[in-house]
Amino acid sequence: MTSPLEQKIRITGPSMVTANRTFDGAVIYRTASKGWSTSLSDAAVVRTAEQARSLLAESVADDLGAVGAYIAPVEIRDGGEINPGNLREYIRSRGITIDLSVPA
Amino acid sequence: MYAYDELDRTLINERVEEFRDQVRRRLSGELTEDEFKMLRLQNGVYLQLHAYMFRIAIPYGTLSSKQLRRLAHVARRYDRGYGHFTTRQNIQFNWIKLAELPDALADLAEVGIHSMQTSGNNTRNVTSDQWAGVAPGEIEDPRIWSELLRQFTTLHPEFSFLPRKFKFAITACAHDRAAIKIHDIGLRLHKNAQGETGFEVLVGGGLGRTPFIAKTIKPFVHGRDLLSYVEAILRVYNQYGRRDNIYKARIKILVHELGIEKFASEVEGEWRAMGDSALTLDDTVIEEIRSRFSYPRYEKLPHMPEELRLAARDPLFERWRRNSVSTHKMQGYAIVTLSLKPVGGPPGDASADQMDAIAELADKYSFGEIRVGHEQNLALPHVAKRDLPALWKALDKIGLATPNVNLVSDIIACPGLDYCSLANARSIPIAQELTRRFANHDTAGLIGRLHINISGCINACGHHHVGHIGILGVEKNGEEFYQITIGGRADENAELGALIGPAVPYREVADVVEDIVEAYLALRERPDELFVDTVKRLGVEPFRERVYATR
Repeated sequence: MTSPLEQKIRITGPSMVTANRTFDGAVIYRTASKGWSTSLSDAAVVRTAEQARSLLAESVADDLGAVGAYIAPVEIRDGGEINPGNLREYIRSRGITIDLSVPA
Repeated sequence: MYAYDELDRTLINERVEEFRDQVRRRLSGELTEDEFKMLRLQNGVYLQLHAYMFRIAIPYGTLSSKQLRRLAHVARRYDRGYGHFTTRQNIQFNWIKLAELPDALADLAEVGIHSMQTSGNNTRNVTSDQWAGVAPGEIEDPRIWSELLRQFTTLHPEFSFLPRKFKFAITACAHDRAAIKIHDIGLRLHKNAQGETGFEVLVGGGLGRTPFIAKTIKPFVHGRDLLSYVEAILRVYNQYGRRDNIYKARIKILVHELGIEKFASEVEGEWRAMGDSALTLDDTVIEEIRSRFSYPRYEKLPHMPEELRLAARDPLFERWRRNSVSTHKMQGYAIVTLSLKPVGGPPGDASADQMDAIAELADKYSFGEIRVGHEQNLALPHVAKRDLPALWKALDKIGLATPNVNLVSDIIACPGLDYCSLANARSIPIAQELTRRFANHDTAGLIGRLHINISGCINACGHHHVGHIGILGVEKNGEEFYQITIGGRADENAELGALIGPAVPYREVADVVEDIVEAYLALRERPDELFVDTVKRLGVEPFRERVYATR
């Protein structure tokens, strides 16, 4: 399988690195302090391909802590709030969009 | 029910300990994710959007009440209190922690359940008719042969690293409830002119990005030759199947590229070369497996018990009975389908509480046995007709008496973008909205048999190609769009649906389906002309016109 670092990195706007936590699979975001957080608001935001590559490289290096790291877009709202940049990331950060209340 | 022998029990328990050690090494850093990935996949563990997903096999769709209770326990103890029944007689848990997976597997192993080969490029769970052993007109119970194949293919060294995944399905009825024509190998049990039992063997069916309906490679293979013939097919696939391109690696591509005649000739040559071998089955082997299946001791019961005659005065009961109760091979008994498609609910999901309640009802009314169908519903296969009124009331209390089996709201759907890392678009919310649009069961009854299948991506886990109405989620410029096909079917007359036009946005899907259904109601020749038959007679054009005239 091609390593994410061997793929061409192209970003069109503010981006972050996200992955799943190894021991439980929870959605996590790479932070500026070289750690992981389950909160998107803690994510390190990068704006150039070079920054993205560097953030991804350090994320992938943590093979024990995280699985499947990749770069994903974010939107920065007024006031600096970080929001998911697409539906997939919206669902990963906010949870499933469906009502699970089956009668029982 | 099939009772595992000591060999099976040992195998499953050893597998649990093997996986426990693999997980320990992964969590300690001894194994990298690259090294671990194939090991977890071979135990049915995927990594999805939010968490690990754990897929458990329910071979040929047969579960005991004890096993269902244990699945409820796993849902409650290790997951979030529910599970999702899939289109291949598996159940999936969506929120499981890797660190706890070995314990969950150990708990399941105690009741003979495992997750071996529910993923990976190997032979997957062998599926069959959920009415096996109880359907009228059945040649014989196809689970005997399904179990034989399960034993043969489990950890088979030649089949563990195939070019791509490989799926078997078996039916023994004229009406195919196992969708054998969309499987890599489909087997139809029948008898030859001499009255011997054997199989029509079909090869190369499958959906995904390149869908094909399986073709018959040999009209009759004697039962004693089943394993050798299957092995010959898999050897040819192993030798010629492509490993350079994942999208061209399934056997359906090989069959298509070689042509069925050439492929059949290669298989025949391989099979002839094998000659009489250890794979030629002797009757004692088949009888040994047959003897490990236990069957209920049915009572001699009247065709129309008094309890049923009285209950028929209740129109709600009658509506449910007509929809969800089917003829059993034994007089006085019935097969009851439990719809896992409540209005507004996610298709195929059952809560732990529901699973426990179903297990209790199975003990009380169905000799402790439950079946799982590829349509993502359950069935109680041995219900005395006198018990139907009491069963209906009990099912209604737990939300499992929705009278929509095989109707427009009995929707097959994959987990879609809400859970799946491969998906491009959501499936479940589309299904939920459609069940609300068609919530009136009288209207649904007037529409008649109509299967809607939804997939959130081209991998087609929702079998959209063979839905009477198929809905495929795609992504366009960051937005969810859906392609609509009509006229597909997964039964003995299996066909792929035809696209009706350009994809429509998420918000319009339910409106489009309503338009298609309204067009059908206006176009059908008589009330009992099924939707698929109207499409077959008229083609897609009148439906296309109706849908796109105002869009």
